[in-house]
Amino acid sequence: MIQVFAFYLFAALTCIAGAVTILARNPVHSVLWLIVAFFNAAGLMVLAGAEFIAMLLVIVYVGAVAVLFLFVVMMLDIDFAELRAGFIRNFPLGLLLAVVLLVELGVGIGAWSVGGIKLGTPDGTAAVPQGASNIEAIGLLLYSKYLFLFEAAGVLLLVAMVGAIVLTHRKRTGVRGQNVSRQVARRPGEATVNVKPEIGQGVSL
Amino acid sequence: MTSFFQQWMPYEWAWGLATVAGILLIALPLMLAVAMIIYADRKIWAAMALRRGPNVVGPWGLLQSFADGLKVFLQETIVPSASNKALFLIAPIITFTVALIAWAVIPFNSGAVLADINVGLLYVLAISSLGVYGVIIAGWASNSKYPFFSAMRASAQMISYEVSIGFILICVVMWAGTFNLNAIVRAQEHHVWILNGFVFNPLLFPMWVMFLISGMAETARAPFDLTEAESELVAGYQTEYSSMSFALYWLGEYANVLLMCALNATLFWGGWLPPIDWAPLYLIPGIVWLLLKIFFFFFIFSWVKATVPRYRYDQLMRLGWKVFLPLSLLFVVLVSGWLMFTRYGV
Repeated sequence: MIQVFAFYLFAALTCIAGAVTILARNPVHSVLWLIVAFFNAAGLMVLAGAEFIAMLLVIVYVGAVAVLFLFVVMMLDIDFAELRAGFIRNFPLGLLLAVVLLVELGVGIGAWSVGGIKLGTPDGTAAVPQGASNIEAIGLLLYSKYLFLFEAAGVLLLVAMVGAIVLTHRKRTGVRGQNVSRQVARRPGEATVNVKPEIGQGVSL
Repeated sequence: MTSFFQQWMPYEWAWGLATVAGILLIALPLMLAVAMIIYADRKIWAAMALRRGPNVVGPWGLLQSFADGLKVFLQETIVPSASNKALFLIAPIITFTVALIAWAVIPFNSGAVLADINVGLLYVLAISSLGVYGVIIAGWASNSKYPFFSAMRASAQMISYEVSIGFILICVVMWAGTFNLNAIVRAQEHHVWILNGFVFNPLLFPMWVMFLISGMAETARAPFDLTEAESELVAGYQTEYSSMSFALYWLGEYANVLLMCALNATLFWGGWLPPIDWAPLYLIPGIVWLLLKIFFFFFIFSWVKATVPRYRYDQLMRLGWKVFLPLSLLFVVLVSGWLMFTRYGV
């Protein structure tokens, strides 16, 4: 009973939050609704018995990606008139994207329902690994059968990260950075001098 | 507890009632603990500054927090006219709720845990990463300069330290072989000779030190309380808040600090186990050991707050990204390599 209730609650909230994400006028509200959608999607994952994926969804998307989204969107200087002006111009592109996504969804569901993709079974029940918890089951697959793909994905992400840093990093001159090891290595002997000047002579530094 | 209620009612009702009872059993004492820990914090801080601290309300000032609570409760809630009203009011509720729900997976004794789930540690990570939203939303919804700066600082700071916390926790998980917090506590039983706790392991001791410091940064406690640096940002993200909405931040912040202390105790110091694996010590109930450990770590947090000057922002970032991240990565390699050689026999 409570599972059914929870499912409809999470599913309805995911759909509503997803719709409001694109309908909201304020980009910050959009991001916040997107976070609500992520969170409810995680709830659906828990109901499906995929608690590991659910936690990763919250940690990665809600905890890190969406925070950075919010970080950027909050700093934008929002001009609503300009936002709406681009709507007509970008409408065909948006329509094309929507059609492509719809076709992909159809192909995916079609391939899955005839058994082309080995994700669970065609009648909709998930393939439950016997005698292993969620994390163990994923780990056993990821580090044996799909080890090469997993490592390749890791290397790809590393290259993307290095690339992003190289592209955006600029060496600024005239920045007075702190060199901690130099500060720590400094001794009173090199930082201070004890002088006894003649009266009326002053000190030269 | 479900089986206790099942004497009188069907399973579903018993489960629901047991869960609600469990939530109340954790949340209500936690609120009381937060009130008392605020008093303890002020007393410790005062003692280190050679002051008396709160000593007027009640015996030894014990009721000070309740008097403060009553005071803010009776004040008027002021919502700035330029603010985004709905988000402005939701933000403190998010902080407060998130600070409470992470306690669902903390084991108070063998088996005495509200949700004994097998991804317990990931749940704690997920919930603690939500904590930043209360601060960001408050900073943005206030529509005011200083709260906004504070929100920017908070989001960058918490994301930076979550990275190293993640790697530190991976070391613990690898050694324990599970994400379940209760099982992690059990894995620490006579871990080194007769000592209970991962912290006595030379490979994990540096991880504990880094976890303690990262925990201070994650909860934005001194010396990393840049989000509310009063010399630069008035009161940071709380500047526009008053009355109960301010009190919710206050309570949520201390509940988060207590949670960090509980995590320190559970992950590195053997949780509800006594520190030494000696039979008479097991006569003392596990929850007493856990509470003692939590208070010990809270004392450390207070001690640091009273003695260490606030970090500059670039120093904070340097510590997170250039010191903790490489060090924790190195220890992930060391720990996994050591386990490969000793436990899995490669």
